[in-house]
Amino acid sequence: MSKVGVFVCHCGRNIAHTVDIKKVLETIKDYEDVVHVEDNMYMCSEPGQAVIKEAIKKHDLDRVVVAACSKDMHEDTFRIVTKEAGLNQYLTEMANIREQCSWVHEDKKESTEKAIKIIGSTIERVKRNQALEPYHIPVTRKALVIGGGIAGIQAALDIADAGYQVTLVEKDSTIGGKMAQLAETFPTLDCSQCILTPKMVAVGRHPNIRLLTNSEVENVDGYVGSFKVKIKKKPRYVIEEKCTICDDCVHVCPVIVHDEYNAGLSPRKAIYIAFPQAVPATYIIDPNTCLGIDPLICAKCKEVCDPKAIDFDMHPEILDEEFGAIVVATGFSAYPYEEIGEYGYGNIHNVISGLEFERLLSANGPTQGVIRRPSDGSIPKTVVFIHCAGSRDPAKHLPYCSKICCMYATKHALQYKHLVHDGVALNFYIDVRTAGKDYEEFYKRATEEESVIYVRGKVSEVIQDGEKLLIRGVNTLTSESIELHADMVVLATGLLPSKGTQEISSILKLSCDSKGFVKEAHPKLKPVETAISGVFVAGTASGPKDIPETVAQASGAAAKAQIILSSDFLERDPVIAEIDDLTCGICHTCIHVCPYGAISYDEGQNKVLVNEALCEGCGSCAAACPSGSIELRNSTYESISASIKALLKA
Amino acid sequence: MSKTSQVTELNSNPNVVLFLCRWCSGKGADLAGTSRLHYPTNVLPIMVNCSSRIDPQHVVEAFLEGADGVLITGCHFGDCHYKTGNYKTFRRMSLLSRLLKQVGVNPKRFRITWISATEGSKFAKITTEMVEDLKKLPPYGKNGKGGES
Repeated sequence: MSKVGVFVCHCGRNIAHTVDIKKVLETIKDYEDVVHVEDNMYMCSEPGQAVIKEAIKKHDLDRVVVAACSKDMHEDTFRIVTKEAGLNQYLTEMANIREQCSWVHEDKKESTEKAIKIIGSTIERVKRNQALEPYHIPVTRKALVIGGGIAGIQAALDIADAGYQVTLVEKDSTIGGKMAQLAETFPTLDCSQCILTPKMVAVGRHPNIRLLTNSEVENVDGYVGSFKVKIKKKPRYVIEEKCTICDDCVHVCPVIVHDEYNAGLSPRKAIYIAFPQAVPATYIIDPNTCLGIDPLICAKCKEVCDPKAIDFDMHPEILDEEFGAIVVATGFSAYPYEEIGEYGYGNIHNVISGLEFERLLSANGPTQGVIRRPSDGSIPKTVVFIHCAGSRDPAKHLPYCSKICCMYATKHALQYKHLVHDGVALNFYIDVRTAGKDYEEFYKRATEEESVIYVRGKVSEVIQDGEKLLIRGVNTLTSESIELHADMVVLATGLLPSKGTQEISSILKLSCDSKGFVKEAHPKLKPVETAISGVFVAGTASGPKDIPETVAQASGAAAKAQIILSSDFLERDPVIAEIDDLTCGICHTCIHVCPYGAISYDEGQNKVLVNEALCEGCGSCAAACPSGSIELRNSTYESISASIKALLKA
Repeated sequence: MSKTSQVTELNSNPNVVLFLCRWCSGKGADLAGTSRLHYPTNVLPIMVNCSSRIDPQHVVEAFLEGADGVLITGCHFGDCHYKTGNYKTFRRMSLLSRLLKQVGVNPKRFRITWISATEGSKFAKITTEMVEDLKKLPPYGKNGKGGES
């Protein structure tokens, strides 16, 4: 026998206007096990809460139903009230008679009947609830940051500055990411390297940060508080501590390949440093092209290396580490330019990508900051910038807007005008989107002060015409077709999730959206949380973003990670699955159904076990179990059945 | 040819048991409330964490207890708070709907639909639609004549 107290809220007139509270109380008071009913103008107010507390004590209530608004509004409020009155908080349930009753119906008689049914069904449910205590799981007070771009750098620095140990894993030979390749940044035109490299150096020398470059996360097990992570440290073939960056090895290396840092516009050797400010500041051997690694054909670099820093016999190392929280900052890659066949990227030398143009603009780029055509090295006098190259084109390419391309194409045009004063910069756009602080002013500056030309319309094709490029398109404001000659075309393409983002989401079992970007736990209110508790996302791994937004998000993700790291134990909701070993037939059905891998078979005990730290409480297993041996606490088969019966009681 | 009795008595007040998930359709139902969209009182809600918590037997029980219709709602595909719960719901309930049809339950009595937290108007529209459909049928279950095709 339970002793249920039912508390009905008027919510001012919000509920009382359409539900006859007096009738509700009169009907409910005669229900089985109901020992006390009471109403109040505002149950959530201090006096309303006091009414509940007093009644729990006075009538020795062991179950509470609050008939008021949605659980989302006040479930926590009333659970705390119950707890403060000395009753377990899981013995309180809310009946939603506002959002799902009084606000959506007009007929008072019918609404009152429906409210009674909803309350009746909630009474049946709460009678079957068990008292539960939150779980405490221990926390390893260390964070893992995956990806060493600006997002990862910022997140790692924030967590480390707060006093926690951080391991930063980067798959490339240096941190810095895409931002290190940029010449200048919009809308302030400050040099990207100048603002980024101090942060890179800070990561390199921070006592709380362990930097693992040339490394990849291989596997992640475990759960929030204790993720067990396998990290593969690939061989560098250069001993970091011994290398003095003297450059002797580079001069003797006979292998010449494209330099990734300069977007393939310049050559590099098989032994190289990505760029002079790389962190860690040490050389690396590219094992795919080096002639010294298995089989040893050439060892010229080793011969000239005075500090004996080169070791061809290095092997991959696997590191096993445990972390309390993970920040995913694996970034983006640009939409494959060659997919946009009509613009001729890959076939026409002088059609280049935004990133290639960025390198041409850069003082440490292949041309030392002079804009030159890849075909003949001449300075282009007319440059066409194509916005939305492969974006906002659901039929053939990306359906979405990548947010930053309008701004970076504007920046490119402006920088080009700064370098080539008599040059013509012409932008083809669909819409110019300048939503950001000082972005509109930046665009105005380009059009009004620096005479960058904007043409609303799409380029239909780019073809080689002698030395020049013939661009055909349409001006959609005047409906005129356009044909013009230019010396160079720059494609402003959109953003895709990087390969690393795709790989890490499958390793961490993160949900992704239809484009492959990591999905946030809530698009508005939980922008840095993911569906996996304890895993956070920052920067372009979750969608196209500019640098300020990326940095803000990285700090947000770092703050969220610190919440987990700030205590020795974590509280977890105890509304999870529970197995009755007596009836369980060990058929493994629940194991396959669980989306979190929270259920496992223990051979030693010959039992199926639920991991309370992994179970999120969906109850999918409970509906699948053929013998009814696995149940979701406080939402059991019987509890739902009883609720259905109460709803349908005539 | 046997004589069949024409069912003339239609159901003016059908009951619909509505299953809501806590994250999408439940919030969609709440949004219908905050937007003050009206729908019939015949819809009786039960909230579970995830639509995949609903056992197909619960649906059968609802019909046995006198429901004239059962409406199952959850998150859209790809949006499930529990990653893949709604896919499981869809698989289970699709099987059940075929079974119910085979035992003579009019398909209009059992619907599965996906409603996001922003689709308050879709929620009101679907619940209204379902009640209207059921009003064109005779009562079902223990209060009605049963046996229909």
